[in-house]
Amino acid sequence: MKDYGAALASADTVSVANSSDVVSARQMVRTLAQRSGMSLVHQTKLVTAASELGRNMLVYGGGGVVRAATITDAGRSGIYVAFEDQGPGIGDLDLALTDGWTSGSGMGLGLSGAKRLVDDFDIDTGPGGTTVRIVKWGR
Amino acid sequence: MTDRVPVLKIGDILLVSIQVDLEDQMVMDLQDDLSNRIVDTNAKGVIIDISALEIVDSFVGRMLATNASISRVLGAETIVVGMRPAVAMTLVELGLSLQGVRTALNLERGLKLLRRLSAGRA
Ligand SMILES: Nc1ncnc2c1ncn2[C@@H]1O[C@H](COP(=O)(O)OP(=O)(O)OP(=O)(O)O)[C@@H](O)[C@H]1O
Ligand SMILES: [Mg+2]
Repeated sequence: MKDYGAALASADTVSVANSSDVVSARQMVRTLAQRSGMSLVHQTKLVTAASELGRNMLVYGGGGVVRAATITDAGRSGIYVAFEDQGPGIGDLDLALTDGWTSGSGMGLGLSGAKRLVDDFDIDTGPGGTTVRIVKWGR
Repeated sequence: MTDRVPVLKIGDILLVSIQVDLEDQMVMDLQDDLSNRIVDTNAKGVIIDISALEIVDSFVGRMLATNASISRVLGAETIVVGMRPAVAMTLVELGLSLQGVRTALNLERGLKLLRRLSAGRA
């Protein structure tokens, strides 16, 4: 995935410390997607992915920060969202990205499903925390 | 305390119309409330209207599936009505099959389906 870090200078931000913050985070993403003129189906996929990643961040990462920004590249525009937590990290990333694998009581679909729902997907994880970055291009 | 999603009783049917963006706690409360109300009211059918829901993620999806199984065990059929096309497409890509969850296009068709199902059982 390309480095869109610079876009975050003008990003909208929601701190996630409880489940109502997860709702605020996905509303922030939806508002940006709507403003960018993204189609309803793409918006729905992006917001659903954001909901999964926001919840993971809260449940497994102990909360964190969600940042979202509109980006443009080669004439197209999209939404970039970064989810950053300072939790324990994901021990086995390949396993975590397997459909149906959960370390808890979930369905193990959040991470793998979110990856399918967006165009670009990138995870940095380690003992210091996890950052997931996604991009959904508009149409 | 978080808000609760209202569960309305109409005859022997329970109607849930979800009108707000759901927090996880509300989803869990709704699951509890529904099971309790099915038993208390001896309801034969449950209709969950999700036409106002802009997304259904794995958490809400799991509640819908779990509720379908629980209500069946308690002798009531659950029909989920009004799923938006964009939501349906997203669910498939997310990988949620909603196995065992009966759906109908809208409230009217959901009621018809319930009537047909309970006629079949009687
Ligand atoms: N931010 C995170 N920090 C630490 N571990 C994580 C994080 N996100 C995901 N994981 C790990 O990856 C696993 C898979 O995540 P995924 O979202 O796919 O499934 P789930 O949350 O267990 O269930 P579901 O999302 O279907 O309800 C989790 O069970 C958890 O162990
Ligand atoms: Mg998850």
